[in-house]
Amino acid sequence: MTQFPAKVPIPVGSGDSAEFWSWLRSGELRLQRCDACKVVRHPPQPTCASCGSTERTWVRASGRGEVWSSTTIFPPVLPEFADAAPYQALVVHLEEGVFMVTQPAPGLELTIGEAVEVVVHVVNDDVALPLVRRSPTAAS
Amino acid sequence: MLDAKNGVVRFDRHAAIAGIGQTEFAKNMGRSELDLACEAVRSACADAGFDPREIDGVASFHIEQIDEIDLAFALGFERLRFMGRTPSGGGGAASVVGLAAMAVATGAARAVVAFRARNRSKTAAYGADPNQGGRPWEKAGTTLSGYQQWHHPFGVAAPAQEMALIARRHMHVFGTRAEQFGMQAVAQRAHAATNPNAIMRTPITLDDWASSRVIADPIRLFDCSLENDGAVAVLVTTRARAADLAQPLVEVLAHGQCDGPIHTDLARFFAHTALFGERVNGAAAMSPDLFGVADIAPSDVDVAMIFDHFTMAVPLSLEQYGFCEIGAGGPFIESGATHWPDGALPVNTHGGSNGEAFVHGLNHIPEAVRQLRGTAVNQVEGARHAFVCGSITDPSGALLLRGHR
Repeated sequence: MTQFPAKVPIPVGSGDSAEFWSWLRSGELRLQRCDACKVVRHPPQPTCASCGSTERTWVRASGRGEVWSSTTIFPPVLPEFADAAPYQALVVHLEEGVFMVTQPAPGLELTIGEAVEVVVHVVNDDVALPLVRRSPTAAS
Repeated sequence: MLDAKNGVVRFDRHAAIAGIGQTEFAKNMGRSELDLACEAVRSACADAGFDPREIDGVASFHIEQIDEIDLAFALGFERLRFMGRTPSGGGGAASVVGLAAMAVATGAARAVVAFRARNRSKTAAYGADPNQGGRPWEKAGTTLSGYQQWHHPFGVAAPAQEMALIARRHMHVFGTRAEQFGMQAVAQRAHAATNPNAIMRTPITLDDWASSRVIADPIRLFDCSLENDGAVAVLVTTRARAADLAQPLVEVLAHGQCDGPIHTDLARFFAHTALFGERVNGAAAMSPDLFGVADIAPSDVDVAMIFDHFTMAVPLSLEQYGFCEIGAGGPFIESGATHWPDGALPVNTHGGSNGEAFVHGLNHIPEAVRQLRGTAVNQVEGARHAFVCGSITDPSGALLLRGHR
């Protein structure tokens, strides 16, 4: 894929997830961390599944992770991605222990197992997405 | 004694499948879902020799558009005593009959119909509900707040695209090959070729599979379930009552449900399953009790009906339910084990969801029943025990059935 679409379905979220997208629009990937037991969780939740605490803080993610799975999508189904197809989609496992569906940053193709880092990609005024690129510190 | 072990119900001669019914399966049938549901339920009752007005329980999928009261009014049920629904689409493919069996075994109802009716034609004038007249992503809108917010902005929206990410991880961890999914597609299409109810009656070769277009790598068109209209109904009653009805007895031995993540939420799916080791949806943990309660081993199962939204669900289910080692599902299929008539465990002998039809897997139950009655088109010689499971990538469940003929 050469270009990431200029328009995508807009993740507005609700409650806890709205805040996730709002942090991205201000340029940061932040994740929820439980104040009591420090477990990081994603997708955002109102309460900690490990200890039950409802106290949580949005902490800045390291952005470092590994490509956990990948696919190349042919029929795009979403009209916003029609011009981009075929394009790659990924599941990334972040250092904090959580997983995210994402895509490689524009122009990149990544494989399972590669070390990656998150780059906040500004799609337009409404949406910024955490995409990934090859980690510059990775040996390979 | 009717009881349960670690959540798996032992029916101990309290529940049986007395009747099975289905409509024609086809694309764009131009019939309402209620019309299809009524035909399937009447057909199941006719099969059993049972008056539909005596049905006093309804078990259905949460996505079902026909409400319990719609069916009751249309078919003249005199009194409904039990109503229950299963979550997560095809996750309910076995559990919906499990619910019915629990209702009759406990006395909550005397005769429960489990059913599913689908009209997926885009031209359908039968409703604009998210599960009618087109695909969910076509109705998702341009602002997202549900699970779709984690997938759609990244161009992932169709189940095939989600399943592709699960399949690719399985291949990476275990060395599973896409061709092994293709071999299951070929086996099921061979089964469908002799099934007069099947939509796809032309067999395919592995070369045909390999030249079918890629939907989302590694998933090809021929790995995918069909999109069609149709309805299926299963009449469940007590074993004592069923023994007085028209058909050979098919007893429900055991039923368990299992929790788990859903493929439409891949962040949670992978957080939950990681390496496909201990658990995908709780099935691996449940399986020993399922077989324990039924007092049979996986090797005693003669035929298996496995929910197959995509062919890769077959190896994944076989692994999780203990028919082979975790990670060995690909080689198990390649060995020919799932292919009727020579395989040790023929799977989806009616052609499954890529051969017969896609009815959220409920069409797999009538096939299990036909096998146990000895009336299947692709009959497994002397089949006595059948295994049926719902979607392995959703909150789900499984059944063990025994035929008496």
